[in-house]
Amino acid sequence: MRDTIAPLLDVAQLKTVFHTRSGAVHAVNSVSFSVAPGELVGVVGESGSGKSVTMMSLMNLLPRSAEIVGGEVLFEGRDVRAMNRAELLRLRGRDVGFVFQDPMTSLNPVFTVGRQITERLRKHMNMSKAEAKMRAAELLSLVGISDAARRLQDYPHQFSGGMRQRVVIAIALACDPKLLIADEPTTALDVTIQAQIIALVRDLRQKLDMGIVWITHDLGVVAGIADRVIVMYAGQIVEQGPVRELFARPQHPYTRALLETLPSVTGARSERLRTIEGQPPSLGGAPDRCPFAPRCAHTFGRCLTENPQRIEVGGGHDVACWWDPQTGEMRHV
Amino acid sequence: MSEMAPIKPLVEVRDLTMHFDIHAGILRRKVGAVKAVDGLSFDIMEGETLGLVGESGCGKSTTGRAILRLYDPTAGSVRIGGVDVASLGSADLRRARPQMQMIFQDPQASLNPRMTVGSIIAEPLREHSDMDRAARDVRVRELMDAVGLNRAFASRYPHEFSGGQRQRIGIARALALNPRFIVCDEPIAALDVSIQAQVVNLLEDLQRDLGLTYLFISHDLSMVRHLANRVAVMYLGKIVELAPRDALYSDPRHPYTEALLSAVPVADPVVEATRQQIILQGDVPSPANPPKGCNFCTRCPKVMPVCHEVSPVFVEHMPGRFAACHLIDEEKDASVLRENKNDNVQQGETQ
Ligand SMILES: Nc1ncnc2c1ncn2[C@@H]1O[C@H](COP(=O)(O)OP(=O)(O)OP(=O)(O)O)[C@@H](O)[C@H]1O
Ligand SMILES: Nc1ncnc2c1ncn2[C@@H]1O[C@H](COP(=O)(O)OP(=O)(O)OP(=O)(O)O)[C@@H](O)[C@H]1O
Ligand code: SF4
Ligand code: SF4
Ligand SMILES: [Mg+2]
Ligand SMILES: [Mg+2]
Repeated sequence: MRDTIAPLLDVAQLKTVFHTRSGAVHAVNSVSFSVAPGELVGVVGESGSGKSVTMMSLMNLLPRSAEIVGGEVLFEGRDVRAMNRAELLRLRGRDVGFVFQDPMTSLNPVFTVGRQITERLRKHMNMSKAEAKMRAAELLSLVGISDAARRLQDYPHQFSGGMRQRVVIAIALACDPKLLIADEPTTALDVTIQAQIIALVRDLRQKLDMGIVWITHDLGVVAGIADRVIVMYAGQIVEQGPVRELFARPQHPYTRALLETLPSVTGARSERLRTIEGQPPSLGGAPDRCPFAPRCAHTFGRCLTENPQRIEVGGGHDVACWWDPQTGEMRHV
Repeated sequence: MSEMAPIKPLVEVRDLTMHFDIHAGILRRKVGAVKAVDGLSFDIMEGETLGLVGESGCGKSTTGRAILRLYDPTAGSVRIGGVDVASLGSADLRRARPQMQMIFQDPQASLNPRMTVGSIIAEPLREHSDMDRAARDVRVRELMDAVGLNRAFASRYPHEFSGGQRQRIGIARALALNPRFIVCDEPIAALDVSIQAQVVNLLEDLQRDLGLTYLFISHDLSMVRHLANRVAVMYLGKIVELAPRDALYSDPRHPYTEALLSAVPVADPVVEATRQQIILQGDVPSPANPPKGCNFCTRCPKVMPVCHEVSPVFVEHMPGRFAACHLIDEEKDASVLRENKNDNVQQGETQ
């Protein structure tokens, strides 16, 4: 993918650290990935593994206690980290649509929903007030909100959790972005509305050749929409590959455990759900060993002295792990 | 979870109605009402998990809040353990609070940003128990372990956590006082599958050990299938179907339940490429202006002329199975006819 189409987004060796009273938190650790135009990259991973912080680092949306300590972010070849404020605002307002995990991050509780959508349309799409209002109502109905024209006058607290999430999706899509970064965009939605949103995004992706990063815990959603999947653990990408390949031949012990813990609506009903034993990592220390080692069933001596780098296992699929599931032995690299 | 049917209702909801007024104009005059919850009646048995699923915006959170008296319902009654919650005075309500807790859908909004996580979890213990500081600390650590939060995080503030971690803080706090009844509003939506499993296992353990009762609101139909004894399906302010878990999943009777089940994604790219699902067409109605007749008539794939005229009644069409749909009435009529015919035949034979 990387060789054939010039990437829309190219991230290399990104590192983000939080400075807290109890020391440094290494939230994003040498993360590299790219997104081509029209490509949908699914991001899954442990809660707290750095998915959201990675995406916020891309557009410099971090809180003050955070520092990007290394790496490169290129959007259409332009260096995002070197952009000035005006350039960044334009990028965030127009070229990149952002759906935050918590809808209230992007919704202002004291303004009506209509105002929040129309403001952006007027600023970035040069629409008149009346045009913006019409388009805003259209966007709300596109995300399945009924009675859209009236609901424009409502405040965020008058919407249900899932409706707020859809409002944020509508705002993110308002200016026909080239890249959509959607952080858990459908967690608060029922499956039928989720299907509707997915269809909408698929459609826009085709029409606009929009690149998409879709963070989700729902492996079913990933299986249905992603071209490629990134798996994160403890601030790192531990596995990455084309969706079918990754689901058919998961390599990393964490990915394999994830796929084993899933319940379903059909088939036998398990009495007890499987979990991954052990404490999640604290991200305090510098990563000088495999972060999954304390919870891994295959640990070798090398895992405790060296943090494995991502190695290609064929077909655009790579993994950061010393263990080879095919042989059950250590990889020779 | 035991398959034995729990029998005594802990929570009895009757005709629960929650309307939000719509105001308009400069004088903010009332011009209508959002019928967020429109006449719900159901029981939740002692020690059971009742799953509550349904379309986004159909009134699930509002139902949960009204049951716990976080809203004053417009009409109807809620009894928990025989006590009419809707009529409790503020002192009695405060005394009853530790018994009934809510895990909120929106963790951001429910956590005080200026308190450390340790004190957020300890807050209910300070307010409602006589534990000393040391005992509270022990309990807080226990709770953090239980929900999979690293103990070292106790002195951090909510904004220093990821979305899923924040959700777990809310769960730990809701569990602090060993409540009898918990409304879990999307408690696991923000969590990765392994931690989801951990939280769900924890909820099950607590239920087994302490006999807790849950109203489990979720969009995750596989998790509901795993956890719930019975499942209620809501659409536009009303319960359209309520049935024991296995019956609902293997033999859904309401067309909306069918559509919902068909839309669940499968974690297999090969299956996903060809999965058939019922796509709902037609206008999504608004709870401020529900359609005439059946609430689902604007999108139902099986709609009939009568559906646009008459609102179907929520009936127990089989022992333990409830639904509101004219198709079921028809079926019933048909089977009654059949039975009558059989009677006639038998009579004919004996004569
Ligand atoms: N302001 C902050 N200060 C200190 N640590 C932080 C801060 N914000 C996030 N973190 C930590 O950084 C790590 C990564 O957080 P992030 O929000 O990216 O996780 P995530 O993968 O999105 O998780 P989830 O699936 O739960 O949303 C977490 O362990 C979190 O505790
Ligand atoms: N405070 C309020 N004022 C006005 N309308 C409200 C208020 N709270 C909720 N509503 C409306 O009531 C309806 C039901 O909302 P509720 O939050 O109960 O839905 P829900 O089923 O929990 O949805 P979701 O799955 O998206 O969380 C929605 O139409 C919503 O807009
Ligand atoms: S590198 Fe070692 S410890 Fe880490 S996941 Fe692989 S086998 Fe396990
Ligand atoms: S009553 Fe009619 S419209 Fe309503 S669910 Fe049944 S068949 Fe569909
Ligand atoms: Mg996140
Ligand atoms: Mg809700």
